[in-house]
Amino acid sequence: MDKFTGKIWVLGDDIDTDIIIPTEYLALKTVQDMAPYAFSPLRPELAGQIKEGDMIVAGKNFGCGSSREQAPEIIKALGIKCVIAKSFARIFFRNSINNGLLLIENDRLRDNVNEGDEITVTINESIEHHGNQYPITSLPQNLVDIINAGGLVKAMRKLNGLD
Amino acid sequence: MGMTMAEKIIAAAAGVASVKPGDIHTVELDRLMSNDGTTHLTIDMYNKLKNPRIADVNKLVWIVDHNVPCDSVKTAASHKKMRDFAKEHGIQFYEGEGVCHQVMMERHVTSGELIFGADSHTCAYGAVGAFGTGVGCTDYLYAMVTGKSWLLVPETLKFNLTGKLNDGVYARDFILSIIGMIGANGANYMAMEFGGEGLKTLNMSDRICICNLCVEAGAKTALMEVDEITLDYLKAHGREPKHSFKSDEDAVFAKVYDIDLSTIKPIVAKPHFVDSVADAKECAGTKIDEAFLGSCNNGRIEDLRVGAAIIRGKKVHPLVRFLVVPASAEVYRQALAEGIIDTFMEAGAIVMNPNCSVCWGSCQGVIGEGETLISTGTRNFKGRAGHKDSFVYLASAATVTASAVKGEIATADMV
Repeated sequence: MDKFTGKIWVLGDDIDTDIIIPTEYLALKTVQDMAPYAFSPLRPELAGQIKEGDMIVAGKNFGCGSSREQAPEIIKALGIKCVIAKSFARIFFRNSINNGLLLIENDRLRDNVNEGDEITVTINESIEHHGNQYPITSLPQNLVDIINAGGLVKAMRKLNGLD
Repeated sequence: MGMTMAEKIIAAAAGVASVKPGDIHTVELDRLMSNDGTTHLTIDMYNKLKNPRIADVNKLVWIVDHNVPCDSVKTAASHKKMRDFAKEHGIQFYEGEGVCHQVMMERHVTSGELIFGADSHTCAYGAVGAFGTGVGCTDYLYAMVTGKSWLLVPETLKFNLTGKLNDGVYARDFILSIIGMIGANGANYMAMEFGGEGLKTLNMSDRICICNLCVEAGAKTALMEVDEITLDYLKAHGREPKHSFKSDEDAVFAKVYDIDLSTIKPIVAKPHFVDSVADAKECAGTKIDEAFLGSCNNGRIEDLRVGAAIIRGKKVHPLVRFLVVPASAEVYRQALAEGIIDTFMEAGAIVMNPNCSVCWGSCQGVIGEGETLISTGTRNFKGRAGHKDSFVYLASAATVTASAVKGEIATADMV
């Protein structure tokens, strides 16, 4: 997953966990059951439009609010390859890494893209959009290892020789 | 170089002499709280482990508070899973005793502890000088199995308080003002520390309210200096501090704010963001359909007393449902003893059992399309209290109660 290209969906600032998955759907049995309701308070049609390999580009404080871990799980279940935002709320950040969802912080990309554009992400290096390069900072290797393993539990199993 | 309170707690938990912001440390956790929001997910993951074990069962506290009593067969199944697992493993378990953070404050938390809670408002524990931080269920599972986790040492924003809140102004108004000032991510990844002479004017209920809401500014934790009020609270609840840390004189803060409490006014947070704050009087006249007095933020006896004093001898507006939900069984019984429950019921309020209620928009009092709620709950996100096209204002117990009487947003001096 070192380099990949995909279509983007563009969202605003302060996308909270109740937007990502409203409380009323948390009682559903699996994240697959919940996924069609992702982002429904804001854009009810969005979950149905997202395709495997798409990416989300958003503003500041993405994932603010509750500690509900279903939020990053659902984004991953929709097939989203990574979320690029100006900043992330900290509980969401940890939960995403622990579930193998890649997050990238970049404060300039959001204001220079349109929904439906294609971007290419080179992990720990840069994002390319319409010929422009946006440098990105490196994630520490231990976090990259967790993401590549598919989450913290899977990474621990691997580390302990269980998988 | 000196250390902040947050740094001292992490250093003690990591078993090292000193730490600095940006360091990552493996820490030993003192306590692990989880509620019915996500515990069923933790159990599912636990059961898939090859060699599942609990590092120290005495550190675990599980609390059913989000959907009490059960509102559906699905929730009943999730509660049963939690109840059965707790019984099988001897985990301290509460059900119907109150909102998790209030129960934790009344019965478990002490100064200097490092606590993970699978709930974002775990930062409330800073009221007694404990480092509480919210985590997801995977982090919780890891801590439950190993007794440890990793923490990035946060920078600290320091709030030096002077003066005292004026009559009719409350801790809720203060913390909403702070969140409005620094923004919903103004303290992202950071600790928020409160101290100074002004802190001594705030009782434990005020302190819990303030620390609890710091996550709405993105904070990793909130911390208050341990003083006589803290020690009295702990003593009254039969506990001793683990450590009574204070930040050193030469500790380094990312930023220091000097706040005169007497400058704070009644505030509301408007839909759909906690940092979208306004002078409550500017919003006066906004029609409401429901009012909620409760939650881990403002459901304590002190809050109920404030509400009761305003509504005594008056009636809830005929077009408004007024939900009063004590934050714990202890609070409820105290309110009964003081005649406060009677006062609310005489006024036409709906008094409910201790639980999270409409604050998280699930089992009780959810609002419909186009409706407006004024709430002492923790959040006002779009759809948080029910229909996606509904509206939530956050305010103090006083403003919420006054609004319930008036049928529109009002401060206590307007009814």
